[in-house]
This record gives sequence, C-alpha cells and structure tokens, in this order.
Amino acid sequence: MQLLGRWYDFRDLGNGVARLIEALEDVGAPDGVIYAVTGLLGAVAILVFVAIAAVMNSWIERRLIARIQVRRGPNRTGRFGLLQPVADAIKLIQKEALQPARADGLVFSLAPILIFIPAILAFAVLPWGEQMVLADLNVGVLYLLALGSTTTIIIFMAGYASNNKYALLGSMRAIAMLISYELPMVMALLGVVTFAGTMQMSGIVAFQETHWSWLIFFQPLAFLIFLLGSTAELNRTPADISEAESEIVAGFHIEYSGMKFGLFYAVELINAVAVSGVITALFLGGWWAFGLEQWIPGWLIFIGKLYGVYFILIWFRGTLPRFRIDQLMAFAWKFLLPLAIVNVFAASIEVLLWREYDLSAGLVLPIAAAVNLALAVVLIAGWGRVMGAAYEQEPRRPRLFSEIDVPLPGDGPASGPAAASEPATA
Amino acid sequence: MAIDTEPLVVNIGPQHPSTHGVFRMRVTLDGERITDAEMIVGYLHRSMEKLAEERTWTQNIPFTDRMDYLAAMTGNLSYCIAVERLASIEVPERAQYLRVIFAELQRIASHAMANGTFVNDCGAWQTPLLYMFREREKVLDLFEMTCGARLTLNYMRIGGVAFDLPDEFLPQLRSLLDELPDRIAEYEQLLVDNEILLMRSRGIGVLSPEMAMNSSMSGPMLRGSGIAWDVRKADPYCVYDRMDFDIPVGHTGDSYDRFRVRMEEVRQSVRIIEQAVAQLPPGRHCADVPLNFRPPEGEIYSRIESPKGELGFYLISDGGPQPYRFHVRSPSLINLSALREMVVGQTVADAIVTLGSIDLNVGEMDR
Repeated sequence: MQLLGRWYDFRDLGNGVARLIEALEDVGAPDGVIYAVTGLLGAVAILVFVAIAAVMNSWIERRLIARIQVRRGPNRTGRFGLLQPVADAIKLIQKEALQPARADGLVFSLAPILIFIPAILAFAVLPWGEQMVLADLNVGVLYLLALGSTTTIIIFMAGYASNNKYALLGSMRAIAMLISYELPMVMALLGVVTFAGTMQMSGIVAFQETHWSWLIFFQPLAFLIFLLGSTAELNRTPADISEAESEIVAGFHIEYSGMKFGLFYAVELINAVAVSGVITALFLGGWWAFGLEQWIPGWLIFIGKLYGVYFILIWFRGTLPRFRIDQLMAFAWKFLLPLAIVNVFAASIEVLLWREYDLSAGLVLPIAAAVNLALAVVLIAGWGRVMGAAYEQEPRRPRLFSEIDVPLPGDGPASGPAAASEPATA
Repeated sequence: MAIDTEPLVVNIGPQHPSTHGVFRMRVTLDGERITDAEMIVGYLHRSMEKLAEERTWTQNIPFTDRMDYLAAMTGNLSYCIAVERLASIEVPERAQYLRVIFAELQRIASHAMANGTFVNDCGAWQTPLLYMFREREKVLDLFEMTCGARLTLNYMRIGGVAFDLPDEFLPQLRSLLDELPDRIAEYEQLLVDNEILLMRSRGIGVLSPEMAMNSSMSGPMLRGSGIAWDVRKADPYCVYDRMDFDIPVGHTGDSYDRFRVRMEEVRQSVRIIEQAVAQLPPGRHCADVPLNFRPPEGEIYSRIESPKGELGFYLISDGGPQPYRFHVRSPSLINLSALREMVVGQTVADAIVTLGSIDLNVGEMDR
C-alpha cells in the first residue's frame, strides 16, 4: 500500500500519530511522554468508536431482527427510530438501581463495572489499519483468549452476588459453558497461528496481505468453529444458555435494574463488536481487501467487514432455537473439538511440508486451501451424519386416522396399521 | 471435609415469561435436574362458575369468552351447545355450518399461537411466534369483520350465531384458505427438520398412552401420545359428521409429536372449512330464543373438541332463569395433571419445553 505518509492521509489514521511522535521527538520530549500521548490518543479514539457502536448497534440489531421477524422495529423516535437508543438510555438512567436485600453489595455493584474491562481491552490489539494498532502485542491471540475467559468470572460474580436462584443457575451455566467452548476455540485459533506463524494480530493480517488471500480460505473449518464458539462466548442464540430468557428469565443479570442493567446490555453489544473484529482480523484479512485498500481507507474496510460478521451473529439470533446446556457441551466436546484437532493436525502437516521442503507459497497455499476445504466439508457432513443419525431413522410426520381408534386395556399399543394411512409427502 | 448440600427449590412462575400466564411450578433442583415438581394453580381464579349462577343463561356467554381467551369461539360454542341440548332447541342448518367454520378458524388461530410459543420456549427468539401471528391476525381480521371483536368474541348465541356473514367475508376467507397450506408447508420446512429443535423436543416430556388415558388427557396431548381420539368424531356436534377429515396421531408422545400434531390439525381444519363453505346452505342464522328463556328442569353434560382438548360444560337447570350449577371441564387444567410425571428427571430447560408443548391457558385453568 502506497502511503502518502502525510498526517492528513485519512486512509490510515496512524500517520497522524506517527507525525505527532516525530514532532514530539523533535521537541525533545522524553520517551514516557511520547508513549503516554500516543497511547491516550489511540485509547480515546477506540473509546469513541466503542461508545458510538454500542449505542448504534442496539438500533441496528433491533431493526434487523425486526426485519427477520416480519415487523418494523423501532421507528418512532427520531428519523427511522435512530434516537431510540438515546431514549432507552435516558429511561435506564432515570430508573432506580435496585439491590436485593441479601445481595453481596460490593460484588453486586462491582460486577457491571468490571465486566466493561475485558470488553474494552479486546479492542486494543485489533489492527484497524496498517499502522493503526494501539498495542501490537506479539501474543495478541493469546491475549484475546485470556480476556474472553475473564468475562466468565465477572458473570459468575454478578450471578453469585445477586442472591437469586435464577441468577445462580445462569452463572453456573456460564462457568460450565466456558469449559466446553473454550477448548475448540483455542484449537481453531491454533490452526490460524500455525499458518501465519505468528500470534501478533498485525502479523496475521500482514501474512494474509503477503499471500494475497484471506485465512478463511486456508482455514474454513477453524472459521466455523470459532464462529460457533463465539456465539457461546457472546451469550447469543443458539448458545444464549446463561441468560436464556424463556428458561431462567435473564440469568445472571436478572436482579440488575436501571443503568446497572444498561451496562450489561451495552457490554453484550460491545463484546459482539469485539468478537466480530477478531474474526475480521484473523480470518477475513482485517483492513486488507485484495487491493481495495488503495482507494478505500483500511479502517473503513475493517469496520465494514466487522459489521458483516456482526450481521451473521444477528442472523443467528433471529433464526435459531437454543441448545440445552448438556447438548451444547456435547456439541463442543464431541463435534467441535475432534474437528478442531483434525484441523490443527492438517494445518501442521501442510505448514511443515511447506517450510521443510522450502516450497513456493504460490504452489502450496492453493493446494492447502483446496485440501482444507474438502476436509471441512467431509468432516462436517460425515461427523454430522454419525452424530445426527438417531433422528433420521424415526418416523416424523403424524399418522392420519380417519376414525377414532382407542386401545382398550390389554389391546397393546394403539396402532391399527389398516386404519392408519401414511401421508404421501413426508 | 464433606460439603453440605441442599436441594435448590425454585419457583418457576407465577411471573415468568414461559408460564403463559400466572401459573406457578415449584421445582426442586439437583443441579439442573428436576427431582420434584409441584403445580400451584389458582392465581387467575375469577369465580366464574359461581358468578354464572347469578346471571341468566344468555348473560353467561361472555364468561365463556374469558375462560380460554385464545379460543373464545369454542368456549362460546361449547356452552351454547350445552344449553341447546338442555332446552332441546333446534339450531338452523346455516348456523350449524357457520359454527363449524368459526370453530375451525379459531383452532387455526389457537394452534398458531400454541406452536409459536412452543418454539419460543425452545429458545428461538420470537421469530416463529411472529411468523405464526401473521396467520392468526388474518383469522382475527375475519372475526372482527363478522362480530366486531378480535379476542373476546361473544359471537355464538343460544340457538345460533349472533350475525350472518358480511359480504366481504367469503372472498377473504378464500384467500386465507388458499395461502394457509403454503404457509404450513413453509413452517414445516423451516422448523420440523431444524436439528436444534429436534434435539430440544424429541424425547422430552414423554407421555405414554397409558398415562395419557389414565390422567384423562384430551386434544393434541392425547393424540400426540398415539391415541386417535377426537370428540368431533366420537360424539359429533354441529355438522361434523358430514365432514371428511383425519385425526393426526403422534408416535411417541413427546413434545415434538404434540407440535407436529398441532401443525397437522391446522391442515385438517383447512379441509373442514373448505367443505363447510362449499356446503353452506342459505337460511336463518339464529333460532328465535327469548332472552329470558328458562330451560326445563334437568342436567346436561355436553362436550366439544376445543383446540386444547375436550371442553365440556355440566349444567343443571332448576327451571329458573339462571343455571343452578355451571361447571366447566377445562382441558388446560386436566392436560396439566400429568406434568409432574413428565418433567421429573429432566432439566429445567426441558421442563419449559414440556410446559410449552401442553399449550395451557391459565384463564381456562383457573376460571
């Protein structure tokens, strides 16, 4: 990418910061000041984005779900209902933040504040543009996984401190889920890291840029596993088990009201954006899009892809029923984990051959992509058949009787084969 | 050191999104598994049976609207048929057909609601419910066109129905009947093969045929358990004996079977309505019955197949202007009686799915 390198080149806002650093160095400012000033700038920019995203996404999500559900969604407050999030926020701030009489006050109040921390921190390592990374950690992927697990502890704090049985059930479910979905997710990312050869987020994007391809083509299976694991991490259907509305009402945040509830709600949206960003950077090339970044600012491409992934998550929510907790765990352990392990194995072999024999990337990578895609299809279809065979064999459609047929005691089961007429279409 | 454990007692309800009203289930949990469940009913008790003894026979019809408010038409119908049988009133033929048409439309609306909330209880975030509401709304539009009300209809009268069909009714009914089979096919395509829905509802809340019969189940609960029983066939009322329709019967008696049975019943209802419209004779829509009429002394038990099951009325007349005794055999309450056997040993999530598949209505349960 040919950068103009001027501070006002909006295609990569990192240029401005680079210029600022140079200016500060010219003045002779100590390193600490430069570090603090640039860090502060990046942090403010990210916080502004997160704040706007959290407000707007509630509107986007409600409108999209409404379209899926053949209704209109919020359209009264402001143009297209755009002010609905503002109205909601005002209402939430006005409401009294109740606290149950026998709740653990400190932990109860601390949880909604603490839960913000991992959600915001995840944005620090996202590569928004070529030079737009706040903290370009060399263990970026590991850092993200660690943050994801931290959230669960805070959810447990909220559920435990509420002194409510539904909340306790919800937080118990959250903990149980963590164990099951975290492993396949880590395994899936291992495949990505094996291919890219680095855990640095900007390095992974650079790998995709160098080899002119997105990692989703090399690691389709890892992408699917990570996406499904993310729904569990985000408490979204089909895995919104720890806050299942129709079962345990709202799970861990059932006792929260007013702005404390608002914080949980906002964190849910922020987490969705963060996970979409991670998927974008790891699998969809981040700010890089086959040369498109020459004309469109990289950070806009990144945000565009991010919302593409976010749309898939909303789509999930609008269409899928919920797993039961043991089914989710069975799915994670029996389905996702074996697939993830096979995927890591395949990726390792491919990379080993590539590095060992010093083959050209142009030869190895297309073959690897084709092999992994075939592997993904075969594994999902084959393993799915093995797991789902039990449902296929049983008759599904109700039998049709033209006359009443009630077995009297001693008659055996109620099935007159002569009376029952099997429907023509199944 | 041993850790002390004690069972967790959780009240599901009376205020809970999945109890469809103010029903309460007190469950004892061991982790997620239910070891004991107790039904607590009566939060919506409105003393209808006693109040009905203070009002005239005709004035009682609105009470039957407010029992099962999702199927007011069949509530009306059952009561009116009971009074007509008690007083030996002849109902004009056209009124009989209109009653069949409206009772079946009500079944479509009620089953749409039942299936929608059932999938909602399985965790599909309201999408199937709102899709099925489309069809329900169209049925309610037809009701509104005919009798001015959408929910508490008060349409049936002793001796017939309150109003004849408006002119625009039949074309609109035609378009609804034309699109319904496609809609049902669409829902089946979207829902019945959904792996998650299958996982959540197959083998959940199994009700054996013996248990179903012993606990006096009726309606889709009984049919889901594999017993082909339908009051419309067993004890025909109105003109159901002239209609050709099938009884859908499930295989194993689990929640999924009940869901499929309801889906199939909507198809059968469409068949019945089409036959009834084709056969609809001209004539009067209501017999002449004085408002303050007094049936002769006697008692009657009369039943119909409401969307939820066998809805019966037991009426005693002492020859006065009011009923001496007015008792309702409400399918919601009786279908609930085996809930404990169905949910013990399952998880909380399964209990909610089972409860959703029963299609209870608290208004009818507590009366």
